[in-house]
Amino acid sequence: MKRSRYIAQKVGWALLTILFVITLNFFLFRVLPGDPARAGVRDPRLTREAVEAIRVRFGLDKPVINCFQSLNPMETGDCFINPLDTQFFIYVGNLLQGELGISYHTNRPVADMLMEMLWNTLLLIGLGQILAIVLGMSLGVLAAWKARTAVDHGALLFSLTAWSLPTFWLGIILLFIGSSYWGLPIGGRLTPGTVYNTSIERWLDIGNHLILPTLTYTIVFLGEYMLIMRSTLLDVLSEDYILTAKAKGISTFQILKDHALRNAMLPMVTIIALNLGFTVTGAIQIETVFSWPGLGGAIFTAVNRRDYPMLQGAFLLIAISVIFANLAADLFYSYLDPRVEDS
Amino acid sequence: MSSIVEVTHLRKLFPVKKGGLFDRQEKFVHAIDDVSFTVERGEVLAVVGESGCGKSTLALTLMGLERPTSGVIQINGQNIATLKGKEIQVVRRHVQMIFQDPYESLNPIMTIADIVAEPLKVHGLVKNKQERQERVIRALEDAGLKPALNFMHRLPQELSGGQRQRVVIAGALVLEPELLIADEPVSMLDVSIRAEILNLLLELRQMRGISIVMITHDLGTVGYVADRIAVMYLGRLVEIGPALQVLQQPHHPYTRALLSVVPVPNPRQRRERVILQGETPNPINLPPGCRFHPRCPVAQPRCQETDPMLQPVAAAHEAACLLLSSG
Repeated sequence: MKRSRYIAQKVGWALLTILFVITLNFFLFRVLPGDPARAGVRDPRLTREAVEAIRVRFGLDKPVINCFQSLNPMETGDCFINPLDTQFFIYVGNLLQGELGISYHTNRPVADMLMEMLWNTLLLIGLGQILAIVLGMSLGVLAAWKARTAVDHGALLFSLTAWSLPTFWLGIILLFIGSSYWGLPIGGRLTPGTVYNTSIERWLDIGNHLILPTLTYTIVFLGEYMLIMRSTLLDVLSEDYILTAKAKGISTFQILKDHALRNAMLPMVTIIALNLGFTVTGAIQIETVFSWPGLGGAIFTAVNRRDYPMLQGAFLLIAISVIFANLAADLFYSYLDPRVEDS
Repeated sequence: MSSIVEVTHLRKLFPVKKGGLFDRQEKFVHAIDDVSFTVERGEVLAVVGESGCGKSTLALTLMGLERPTSGVIQINGQNIATLKGKEIQVVRRHVQMIFQDPYESLNPIMTIADIVAEPLKVHGLVKNKQERQERVIRALEDAGLKPALNFMHRLPQELSGGQRQRVVIAGALVLEPELLIADEPVSMLDVSIRAEILNLLLELRQMRGISIVMITHDLGTVGYVADRIAVMYLGRLVEIGPALQVLQQPHHPYTRALLSVVPVPNPRQRRERVILQGETPNPINLPPGCRFHPRCPVAQPRCQETDPMLQPVAAAHEAACLLLSSG
């Protein structure tokens, strides 16, 4: 009973935060200077009528929200207008139908473009994170278990080095080594101009392209996970309840599994959730170095081209992923640590 | 009937690295140095001494959590110093430990029922859930947590210090041990609760015939619970005997000094206090001869040369002091 209330509370907060983000995201782009109707077509010969036609087509002639015709420059308008016929509620309505607008640059629906890139990013990040978590934690557990031995020192040295490497530098070095010695592709997602007979062939090609960026990603995150796992596990292993467990005759493996790891996982979950939320954008460096067509690279391009609908959509997606990563962490946390529900 | 514990010539040395990079020489902390004693069935033996005298190491060694450097620890006739893996698990089932700090010795994310049930699962002592539940309830109620159902689904943080220590005791009882090793079981608790926990331990001894080795530095309560008292100083036993005799007629000057500073309720009975001079010597560089002589108020020149052995001073009462034999 306590548990379902806790979950309902957390989900409620997440939804409320998303509503807030949607609102902020909308108005943030409306207070920016510049006329979106003119930003798309930068041709001075454009007639007044043509500009007006574009405005009508994109619904920019409608008031932003009741009482406000536009926010920059601030222009007051009719307060008795039907609220559903304002830009804000049309935007929210479209959003509910999964409609995110049309990209200024490619003229394609933003939702479609984002979906494509999101999958690419999730593929890269998901694979990299899973590898980094599994390898980093195993290495951390090993180092803590063999604390102050050669194994521990070696693992520490490796992790500190990996953690300190600049992402883009490591990417470039691996790109150089991988492409010239191991014959791996230098970038992109597929080999251009290839005809695939089966979907397996296509996936193999994607896999081949994934090796280097995933390796870079894994190395960069592995060090952090290893160091945190090692230090928290060492803390936990020195607790009295571990000694108690030993005195009860519980085997080393079970002590590690049931007592030590579960307690040591708590800080790990927080770190992983924080990383997951931010790495949707954090992969920008890796995606740029390896020309990986993901979300990070897309945001970089959209900023350069002032593609507002695209940015607006991407911001929303990032905000939602951060919120969901935190929600997932909260829920997992309550599963790991029953104390959380009490407070 | 034979004794449950028989310790003979037990030694535990901890290596310490000292010196610079080039002249590393191995030195040792003499945590336990040639200690022999027995614990009879159903007996409460109190081990007293200052902090750092090796009491806690003795407890861990008896539990098989530290391997002795040399010597024999026989529990139920089996030398646990040489047992390995599976065999030591079996012995451990009969020997359980209660730690000093109930705030630290319970896993904070496990419920009381899970904590108490865990040893049963690990040792495969119950066949089904129902039997496990019954044994957990019995252990909790025996440890004074009644009704057990009120406590089983709570977390350690929801209980008071005394209640937690009862959970620790229940977790030890559930395996139905023959020997309990209690390392300062009440020193972290409020004074008002100490007597309750000590009474609980005594009741368990009465009901189940459990033997108890109680490590303590509290000489005020030791006469209340212990049948026999062993006094340790710097890894050595300096006096061992029946509790009342040791308390009323201490023979070793160290025991006398310890007892002289225990507060006595009646102000007219105030004894002359013996305040020990100086610090406890470093257990790495032990003084030659009797290791108590640098602080001993009655030390003589020969104490610097000869290391005294335990010798009988009364029935079942032994002490290690040169002054007892001649002069």
